[in-house]
Amino acid sequence: MEEFTKKYWKDYQKEIADDNFYYERSCIRQSFFPGSEAAFLKILRDILGKNIIDDPNQHTCTGIGYHSDIVPFDTTMTVVARIFSLMKDHGVNNFIPSCVTSFGIFNEVVETWNHFPEEYEKTKLFLKQATGRDFEIPQNISHASDIIYKYRKELKEKMPYRLVNRNTGKPLRVVEHIGCHYSKLFAKKSEGGMEFPKVLVGMIEEWGGEVIDYPERRHCCGFGFRQYLVMANRGYSVANTKKKFESMQPYKPDFIVANCPGCTMFMDRWQYTIAEMEGKTYDDNKMGIPVLTYEEMAGLLLGFNPWDLGLQLHQVQVEPLLDKIGIPYDPKDKYVGKSGNFLGEPEKPENLVTVYGK
Amino acid sequence: MGKFYDLFMQDVRFVEGLNACMNCGVCTAICPAAEIYKYDPRQICDIVQSGNEEKIQELLSTDTIWYCGQCMSCKARCPRGNTPGLIISVLRKISQETGLFTNSEKGRQQFAIKRTVGENILNTGYCINIDIVNPKLHPEQGPVWKWYYENKEEVADRLGANYNKEGSGALRKIPQQNLDEVKKIFEVTGGLDLYDKIEKYSEIVAKSMNINFEIEGINNEYFFHTYMENSGKHDN
Repeated sequence: MEEFTKKYWKDYQKEIADDNFYYERSCIRQSFFPGSEAAFLKILRDILGKNIIDDPNQHTCTGIGYHSDIVPFDTTMTVVARIFSLMKDHGVNNFIPSCVTSFGIFNEVVETWNHFPEEYEKTKLFLKQATGRDFEIPQNISHASDIIYKYRKELKEKMPYRLVNRNTGKPLRVVEHIGCHYSKLFAKKSEGGMEFPKVLVGMIEEWGGEVIDYPERRHCCGFGFRQYLVMANRGYSVANTKKKFESMQPYKPDFIVANCPGCTMFMDRWQYTIAEMEGKTYDDNKMGIPVLTYEEMAGLLLGFNPWDLGLQLHQVQVEPLLDKIGIPYDPKDKYVGKSGNFLGEPEKPENLVTVYGK
Repeated sequence: MGKFYDLFMQDVRFVEGLNACMNCGVCTAICPAAEIYKYDPRQICDIVQSGNEEKIQELLSTDTIWYCGQCMSCKARCPRGNTPGLIISVLRKISQETGLFTNSEKGRQQFAIKRTVGENILNTGYCINIDIVNPKLHPEQGPVWKWYYENKEEVADRLGANYNKEGSGALRKIPQQNLDEVKKIFEVTGGLDLYDKIEKYSEIVAKSMNINFEIEGINNEYFFHTYMENSGKHDN
């Protein structure tokens, strides 16, 4: 029986490379959560001692343009091939996308090349014709969250904090959200597959938290590409996220964590929008449920300064969560820029309660 | 099979995405768009699979194919291994190439996406960066985003970014040689050709609707028409 169980679960476990990575930044993560990408590199280099390339020449994979249908698949495949060519220039062959849309794009392109060799040959010709470049398919493609998952035990040893409420001693109750394109496109490319994605659960449970299972746990965050990019369509986006909030509310989450930068941003911003439109929030204090990236969650537990991680960029304020864990912070440092100058506070929303502006 | 079906079969995503749909409707049951819009991926598979040219042309001209949010939940659930989300991508491509996208309100929005995300890819090397998310076009982003937008270099660089500067790091200025090569890829692979078609057909329809159209930028009536128009006739 034990052998059968092991064999069965093997299908849900992926190979994650352990060193010599090429980091492909995310358009959305570096724009909305630049501190998360900085934290990821710091964790890999300074704490885990890994070799990871941060190439100034890298560029978009076209993912958002591709899924909103203004970029043809031949173009996307060839742009991806150029990025793989840049990786080849650096002599590494383990590829880490920061973005979940990109993770889906890279896997879709490589799977297409594997199943349709003529598409691979066509892409090689296109790239050569356009740039004179050659490329190689990476040996391993793992999402950045896969790497943190793989090293969750090693990181735990370095963490001064746990996902535990310091006042009650009980585990924090966490909603984990997996970006659709992490596991729904190619289940076997994800840790835990589509049915049992383990990538965030593994981090949360290892670091002391308790995962909430709720009915709409695997529902899309509502991004929908063109359904958000065009103002006229944003009702689709907010309605989907609202469905998730209503489903998770009875379980009283302490916070939400996502491995996709878009999902993190939407679940943060739509709480503000719903509060301003309808006066509705999904917590008891009209402040909303804090939404973190997994890099922010790891960084906080490792003792990074919350305002160097970028937690001031969240519309739903994170201080109640920091207080629960017992993480110290300097309120005067929150809105200070690179120059060390105070930049002023954001405007106060009508309905969503904030720490600032009091 | 007819003209449209032959075009579909030239796209590897169609070959991969539709084998033999048995019309069970699991895709519709799981689909977030079907819950919100008058949208039924099962019916789309049925029409496409029928090969009925008249019905396919009608489909390519309507709002229906533009309702999908590309979450790809359908791929995960189809018992036959089909992917309605991929079929949608192929239908949208042909709708744009033939100009049929301008016959529907949701189809015409492709112009707004091309003028924002599309131009941004070629001009900056990013699909999205801070500069493109102007609070005036994105009120839902809230006051913290507005604060960040107004102080972007100070804030982003405090968080380890390298905003609009040479060298590595988040939000760096991507060296021109890379942008040149990306643009050349768009030229060789049909990306620029698709952009041109979106522009050409949009200009024609803007004139027929008597709406101001400019050959570049977003400061024109047709951009805001496609970006903001909502007839309210789409919901389930």
